[in-house]
Amino acid sequence: MDALDAFRRETRAWLDANCPLEMRTPVAGDDDICWGGRNWTFKSEAQKVWLTRMAARGWTVPGWPKEYGGGGLSHEEVKVLKEEMRAIGARSPLESFGIWMLGPALLAFGSEEQKKEHLPRIARGEIRWCQGYSEPNAGSDLASLQTRADDGGDHFVVTGSKIWTSYADKADMIFCLVRTDFSAPKHLGISFILFDMTWPGVSTKPILLISGKSPFCETFFDGVKVPKANLVGTLNRGWDIAKYLLTHEREMIGGGGGGLLGGRSPGQVAASEIGTDAEGRLADPFLRADAARAEVDALAFAATMTRYKDEAASGGKGVGDKSSVLKYYGTELNKRRYELMMRAAGHEGLEWEGARTNDGERPRGWLRTKANSIEGGTSEVMLDIVAKRLLQLPSA
Amino acid sequence: MLVLNDDQVMLQDAARGFVSEKAPVAALRKIRDEKIADGFDRGLWREMADMGWTGVLVPEDHGGLGFGYVGAGVICEEMGRTLTASPFLSTAVMAATALSRAGSPAQKERWLPAIVAGEAVIATAVDEGRRHDPAGIAMRAERHGNGFRLTGTKTYVVDGQAADAVLVAARTGGAAGEAEGLSLFLVDAKARNLACERLSTLDSRGAVELTFDGVEVTADDVVGEVDDGHELLEMVLGAGRAGLAAELSGTAQESFTRTMAYLKERKQFGRTIGAFQALQHRAAHLFCEVEIARSAVLAALQALDADPAGASLAVSVAKAKASSVARLAAQEAVQMHGGIGMTDAIDIGLFMKRMQVASTLYGDADFHADRVALARGF
Ligand SMILES: Cc1cc2nc3c(=O)[nH]c(=O)nc-3n(C[C@H](O)[C@H](O)[C@H](O)COP(=O)(O)OP(=O)(O)OC[C@H]3O[C@@H](n4cnc5c(N)ncnc54)[C@H](O)[C@@H]3O)c2cc1C
Ligand SMILES: Cc1cc2nc3c(=O)[nH]c(=O)nc-3n(C[C@H](O)[C@H](O)[C@H](O)COP(=O)(O)OP(=O)(O)OC[C@H]3O[C@@H](n4cnc5c(N)ncnc54)[C@H](O)[C@@H]3O)c2cc1C
Repeated sequence: MDALDAFRRETRAWLDANCPLEMRTPVAGDDDICWGGRNWTFKSEAQKVWLTRMAARGWTVPGWPKEYGGGGLSHEEVKVLKEEMRAIGARSPLESFGIWMLGPALLAFGSEEQKKEHLPRIARGEIRWCQGYSEPNAGSDLASLQTRADDGGDHFVVTGSKIWTSYADKADMIFCLVRTDFSAPKHLGISFILFDMTWPGVSTKPILLISGKSPFCETFFDGVKVPKANLVGTLNRGWDIAKYLLTHEREMIGGGGGGLLGGRSPGQVAASEIGTDAEGRLADPFLRADAARAEVDALAFAATMTRYKDEAASGGKGVGDKSSVLKYYGTELNKRRYELMMRAAGHEGLEWEGARTNDGERPRGWLRTKANSIEGGTSEVMLDIVAKRLLQLPSA
Repeated sequence: MLVLNDDQVMLQDAARGFVSEKAPVAALRKIRDEKIADGFDRGLWREMADMGWTGVLVPEDHGGLGFGYVGAGVICEEMGRTLTASPFLSTAVMAATALSRAGSPAQKERWLPAIVAGEAVIATAVDEGRRHDPAGIAMRAERHGNGFRLTGTKTYVVDGQAADAVLVAARTGGAAGEAEGLSLFLVDAKARNLACERLSTLDSRGAVELTFDGVEVTADDVVGEVDDGHELLEMVLGAGRAGLAAELSGTAQESFTRTMAYLKERKQFGRTIGAFQALQHRAAHLFCEVEIARSAVLAALQALDADPAGASLAVSVAKAKASSVARLAAQEAVQMHGGIGMTDAIDIGLFMKRMQVASTLYGDADFHADRVALARGF
C-alpha cells in the first residue's frame, strides 16, 4: 500500500510537471486524437511533446514490459496512472490499433524478433497499424475469409481484398488474416501475417461513412510478396491469434473507445445546456428520467470493467470471452448516451457544417456510435458468444 | 481491487453451504404454509449466530467479527439465492450499524452482545406512506419532562412482529420534507401505547404497522444526537439498501441459474429450447445485466467499508441496478419456464414475490435513479 501511495505521489508530480496544459482539455472530435505513424503531422507542439515524454517513460503502454518499450508497471500501478491522468483531465498521448490489438497478440504469440522489431515502435507511435480482417463475404462469419497467401518459397504471395479496413489509407502496416490452406476446415486454414502498406500490390480506396467521414477503406492485394518471417505463430493456426486479438479489441470498444464525451455524462451535459430547476433537477423530466437510468447503468458498467480487469489481474489471465459482455453492453450504452445527447441538443443538433457547432460534431458523433455495435463483431454475434461460450447453451 | 479477498471468499463458501443445507427455499415454504408468526425460524437464527453472522458488523470489543459491509453483503447475497428468511438485514445490518456507530456506551453494552448472541431482534421504522420517503417523515416526538412522547404511524416495519426493540425515526423539529429535526429512538417493542398490526405480505415474511399513541421514551433512548439524526438515518438506510441490493443480486443470479438449467432440459419442437436463438439472446442479455448488477453491489459494499457516510452514490447505483435486474430476471424466468413457471409447485414464483418486496423496500429503482441523477448534478 505504501509503495503504491509513493508511486501515486511521484506520478502526480511527474504528470503535473510534464503534461502540457493544452493536453489537459477534452479532444475536440476524432481529428484531435494523436494516432502517430510515419506520416503523422502533429496537430500542435503540445501533442508532440506529450507523446515524446510519455513514450520515453514507456507510459503510452504502461503495462507492457520495459524491454519492449513499455512502462513495466503492475496492474495496480497502471490503475493509479490512469486515475491520476483522469484527475487532471490528461488526454491519452497516443491511440493506436497497435496498442489495443496487435501489441497484446504479439506479446502472447510473437517470436522474440517480432516483439523486438514491432513493439517498441508501436509504443513510440512510429508505426501506425491497420486491421485486415473483414472481407465482403466474411463479416460476422469471419472464418469464411478468402484472401489467399500462396507459398512462394521464402515468401507468401497475397491476393484478395479486404473491406471496412479502418484507416488503411493512413496506416504504415497491416496485420492481416489470410487463407493458407483451402482444403482444411475453415478455422484451420487461416494464418496471421504482417506486411507493409507501401509494398507493391497493395492499394486502398476510401469508403464514405454516414457521419460524412472516410475513416475506412476497401483494401486490395494483388500478388503482394510477404517474407515468411512475417508470419506470426504457426502456419494455418492464425485463428487462435485472431480470436485472442479480438478479445482485446472488444474490451477496448466496450470501454468506450468510440465515445468522445470528455468524461461528462448526457445528464450532466443536458443540465448545462437546458438548465435545472430549484432543486437541481434537469428541467426536462422525460429526458432526465432516461438520463438517470443511463447514468445508473453507466456507473454500474464502469464497475464491471474494473471488476473484470481486477479479476483477470488477480487470476493472472486476460478478460477472455467476458470481453463480449463488455463489448455488447458498453456499445449499446454508448449508443443510448448519444441518443440522449441528441435529445438534449434539439435544433442545435441538426447542423451539419459551420463553425458554430464545430461542423456538426454532435450529430456526426451520434452517427458514428451506430457503428459501435457493428465493428469488432456485432451485438448479435456478442450475444451468440455469451450464450454459447459463457452460458453453454446448445447449438441449434 | 474490485474482487473478494481470501477471507471474504471463505465466508461466501461457508454461507453458501449453510443456506443451501439449512435454509433452502423449502424452509420458506414451511414458514408460509405453517404461518410461523415470527416470519422466520428462531432456531435457524440462533444457528446463524453460532456461525458468527449476527456479529459481522459488530466491533470485536463487543463480541462481533467486524467483518464489514462486504462480509455482510456476501451473506445477504447467499441468503438471496435461497430466499432465506431471517432478521439479518434488520438486526445484524441496520440496527448493528446504528448502535455501533452512534449508540451510547450503555446502549452498546445492552444491545450489541445480545445481537451477537442472536438473542435480540431490532427492527427499523422509517416509512409512513405508500412510498419510501425518509425526508417526508412526519411522526412527532414531543418533549415531555426529560424524555419524549411519540405519536404517529409507521408502516411496513420489517421484522417488527418479532422485534424486542424498534429503531424509530421521528421529528423533534423541522417539518416533513426537511433534513433537519430528525431524531432516532430505540423503543421497547412492548412499550405502552404502542399498537402493532401484523401485515401478511407477498414474500411470506411479514411486517407490521406500528401506531404510536403517545409512547413515552427517555433521553437515554435517543440514538445519536437529538434533531441531528438525518445523517445517521442515511447511514442506517445505506446499510439496509446495500444489503437488499446484495440480496437482490443473489436472487437475480439464482433465478437466472434456474432458468438456464430449464433451457438446457426442456424440449419443444424436437430440440432443447435453449438452442433457439430468440431465447439465447435474451438469456445472454440477462446474463450481462446480472453481471453489471453484481459489480455495482460489490462497489457499493466496498464504498461503505471505506466511508459509510460518503457511499450514498455507490449505494444508490447498486440498489437501483439490482432492483431492476432482479425484476428482469424474475420476469424472464417465469416467461421462459412457460406454463410451469406460473405454478406454485416450482420456486420461480417465490423469487418473483421476494424480488417485489426487496426492490420496493428503502427505495425502488426510480427513487434511487433520482438520487443518482441529483448526486451527478442533474
Ligand atoms: C466503423 C467500422 C470500422 C471497422 N473497422 C474494421 C477494420 O479496421 N478492420 C476490419 O477487418 N473490419 C472492420 N470493420 C468490419 C466489422 O468487423 C464488420 O462490419 C462486422 O464484423 C460485421 O460484419 P458485416 O458488416 O459483414 O455484417 P454481416 O455479417 O453481414 O451482418 C449483418 C447483420 O446480420 C446479423 N447477423 C449475422 N450473422 C448472424 C447470426 N449468426 N445470428 C444473428 N445475427 C447475425 C449481424 O449481427 C448484423 O446485424 C469495421 C466496421 C465498422 C462499422
Ligand atoms: C394460466 C394458464 C392457463 C392455461 N390454460 C390452458 C387451458 O385452459 N387449456 C390448455 O390446453 N392449456 C392451457 N394453458 C397452457 C398454455 O397454452 C401453455 O402453457 C403454452 O402453450 C406454453 O407451453 P408450455 O407451458 O409447455 O411452454 P414451453 O413450450 O415449454 O415454452 C417454454 C418457453 O420456451 C419458449 N419457446 C418454446 N418454443 C420456442 C421456439 N421455437 N422459439 C422461441 N421460444 C420458444 C416459450 O415461448 C416459453 O418462453 C394455460 C397456461 C397458463 C399459464
